[in-house]
Amino acid sequence: MTKTDPRDAVLEHIPALRAFARSLTKDAVRADDLVQECLVKAIAKFASFKEGTNLRAWLFTILRNTFYSERRKAVREAEDPEGEIVGALSVKPEHDGHLQMKEFNEAFQQLKDEHREALTLIGALGLSYEEAAEACEVAIGTMKSRTNRARKELARLMELDEDKPTELTDNQTLSIVNQSGHM
Amino acid sequence: MPADDARKKRSGDLIDENLKKAFSETLEEGVPDRFRDLLAKLKQTAPEDTSEEPENDEN
Repeated sequence: MTKTDPRDAVLEHIPALRAFARSLTKDAVRADDLVQECLVKAIAKFASFKEGTNLRAWLFTILRNTFYSERRKAVREAEDPEGEIVGALSVKPEHDGHLQMKEFNEAFQQLKDEHREALTLIGALGLSYEEAAEACEVAIGTMKSRTNRARKELARLMELDEDKPTELTDNQTLSIVNQSGHM
Repeated sequence: MPADDARKKRSGDLIDENLKKAFSETLEEGVPDRFRDLLAKLKQTAPEDTSEEPENDEN
């Protein structure tokens, strides 16, 4: 009876699961419902979790799969993916830190799912590329390039590199041209 | 081009800073009672040593 229940370890990952769920659903209430479903599933199939492997990544995978399978179902049923309409609230421009955060949030919501996921897991929640790759069931290299592209895209959306975009594109084009020239 | 590098770094820092800020509130809330209670209940309904049910379906 003194033996600790390995399932208790799930508890410490709940804050990160909620954060990831918010990133996926873009809605605090739906996020917590998603976490609830994830916990129910996780405990129901806890026997399939291999002790000693990464519990956090395992939980994130369940959360993520639950979210995407439900969204697919919802889209099929309604043919109206209106859950995607976000942040249509009109907000008064404020010339302080809030503006920056608001701009950030708007840009962040515009990212592709896979980019938002990558930045949430790696940038916000501090997962390693390896762990995030496991959570999203992709190769590590894929996770790395998604993260890099996500950063670039976010910087573009936030106009952090406003006077650079064309040159950047040119450089990229140039390097591709150069590379293919050697083939 | 050190100016470019500095700009890139600044933009990267800003992104990281905002990312952390965007989720810090949720993370700092800790574990709401709702989930603490749920977990306890789930553990009760399914005792720990359920080594059967080797279904590995991930949806």
